[in-house]
Amino acid sequence: MKLFPIRGGIHPEYRKDLTSEKAIVAMPMPAALYIPLQQHIGAPAEVLVAEGDLVKKGQMIARSQGAVSVPQHAPTSGRIMSVAEVAAPHPSGLPQKTIILEPDGKDEWGDLPEPIADPFAADPHAIHERVAQSGIVGMGGAAFPSAVKLNLGTQKKLEILLLNGAECEPYLTCDDRVMREYPGEVIDGARIMARALGTPRVVIGIEQNKPQAIEIMTRAASAFPEVEVVAVPVQYPMGSERHLVQAITGRETPARKLTADLGIVVHNVATARAVHHAVRFGRPLVARVVTVSGGAIRQPNNVLTPIGTKVADLVEFCGGFSARPESVVNGGPMMGQPLASLDAPVVKGTSGILALTAEEINDSPTSACIRCGSCVTVCPCGLSPVDMAAFIRKDNLDVAAKLGVMDCFSCGSCSYVCPSHIPLVHYFNYAKGVLRELESDRRKGERIKTLAETRTIRIEKAAEAKRAALAAKSKPAADAASSGNAGEAKATTEEKVNA
Amino acid sequence: MSSMLIAIGSLTLIGLTLGAILGIAARRLAVQEDPLEEELKAMMPGSQCGQCGFAGCAQYAGALAKGEAAITLCAPGGKPLIEALSAKLGVAADLSGVEDKGPEHAFIVEDICIGCTRCIRECSTDAIMGANKLMHTIIIDACHGCSKCVKVCPTDAIVMVQYPVTLANWHWQKPEVENTPTKPEVVPAH
Repeated sequence: MKLFPIRGGIHPEYRKDLTSEKAIVAMPMPAALYIPLQQHIGAPAEVLVAEGDLVKKGQMIARSQGAVSVPQHAPTSGRIMSVAEVAAPHPSGLPQKTIILEPDGKDEWGDLPEPIADPFAADPHAIHERVAQSGIVGMGGAAFPSAVKLNLGTQKKLEILLLNGAECEPYLTCDDRVMREYPGEVIDGARIMARALGTPRVVIGIEQNKPQAIEIMTRAASAFPEVEVVAVPVQYPMGSERHLVQAITGRETPARKLTADLGIVVHNVATARAVHHAVRFGRPLVARVVTVSGGAIRQPNNVLTPIGTKVADLVEFCGGFSARPESVVNGGPMMGQPLASLDAPVVKGTSGILALTAEEINDSPTSACIRCGSCVTVCPCGLSPVDMAAFIRKDNLDVAAKLGVMDCFSCGSCSYVCPSHIPLVHYFNYAKGVLRELESDRRKGERIKTLAETRTIRIEKAAEAKRAALAAKSKPAADAASSGNAGEAKATTEEKVNA
Repeated sequence: MSSMLIAIGSLTLIGLTLGAILGIAARRLAVQEDPLEEELKAMMPGSQCGQCGFAGCAQYAGALAKGEAAITLCAPGGKPLIEALSAKLGVAADLSGVEDKGPEHAFIVEDICIGCTRCIRECSTDAIMGANKLMHTIIIDACHGCSKCVKVCPTDAIVMVQYPVTLANWHWQKPEVENTPTKPEVVPAH
């Protein structure tokens, strides 16, 4: 298959060999599971259980709220200890509403929905429904509700389901291992998703640094003519959906549009496997493969982790820390976010937990920009990081927005190459946060204006009604007064007559 | 030939007359509107709370455009609005008296509320729910923090509180980079 070049990008040291040959191992059930109500983009789920309830594995413990939301399920059987505020797996370490489950050790499945007998003859709507009910989100890291993405076929004409097996982040090997160990499940899941989307073709994109995965997946896909495995060049950020689409189809997704507008929907390989489990066995998403790696981890590994396992428990399972970690990262080293606390749980979007030593982190002091232009060369979005950062530094966020800071997806290539160690992505993340806040303030301001206007109109109407009522009231009074006078006059005449 | 001349002549005459009428009308009947006033009005919170001392946002914007009002009068606009007005009008603002507390919203301490409905009548955005002798509460999404209700509450049951930082609105802070100026030292030539 002919491939197309993508702009910019870098070739970091991949360090995938720490875990790439480690087969997936299931970790024993920890003493408690912490299942946050929001592990996805969209509205948080609504709790269905209370303290003391006994739940079975796979039982829905929180239901989805709204169109973009997913339910949460019990990752094992046990008792609900409480619903409390627990630190989220987020750089802020802010608390979030979380269901705490004490496993009973039996790991008994509850009543699961019936498997969909023949998904390729089934109504696509039934597949959406099942994926939505199974709490599946994009497992590459973004954690967008998969059912919403599978629904795109109803609005747009789609040509290709692109399965993302690029895994371009250094260290991470969870997708690689899933493809190597469960190729049949991944391909079956992908074909089911293609059925739901109505796409005639499935393309699986895998970076060339995973030759075994490419070979195994190609062999597994050979039985299905519509499924094609493509080896894509090793170039960070190949795993970004827009860039993978460009590499495979040569079409660039316009800013603020979706790849679906080009007729292509991208899903992660682990998501496809979760769809396979949901459709073929009725099993919701209750566990995922997480790469635990980094120089400070004693035994780096790929671990099948129940959702809600504390990061500390997961690290403990991997032999604990061999050195003091300088930073514990949730996700890959390029786009992952530092974890504020090891008490945060593993969630559906956690692809890796990395404990990095000081040598693995470039923490050199920042110096002045030397105008080398490296950041402009490597930016995969064609932006000019040097200019944007300079404007943001001087609090000129409007100009940065005009230069396209909102189109930056924080891949970190610019920060990686900067010889002056300027925290470029940090500037962009800050600017994006502030701009989003300003936008929401503006929207609130508009809402407030409408409210004030409606109130003014209502008060005026009320005053008008009052005036009208008063006028109506005073009119009969006047009539009565005049008739009263007439009566009086009559009386006087009568009196006169009597007299 | 002559009919052609008549046609050209009459059309020219009609054109000139109508043009003259339109021109005069545009001059005579022009509405005197200050574009600056419109721009300032758009910058106002638009909640018509009246705490600036004017009847509403439009009147305050008008006074500002004429240079008759101070730019520090808008309570709900707060420091960000003062800064924006200062930049727009080129007026130096004295921010010393204005503390930037960040965005706030009103909150009713329900234990103290006696249900007098005074705040409900005061609120210009209908952000307070409640009825006579029943507890009131603030609809935070509709509150814009003008704090008028705080002033009318007879039991001091309303307080202004900061919006909490949540996972939904948290964002990275600006990186602190101590950029030392790297000016080369000039070595005097001997």
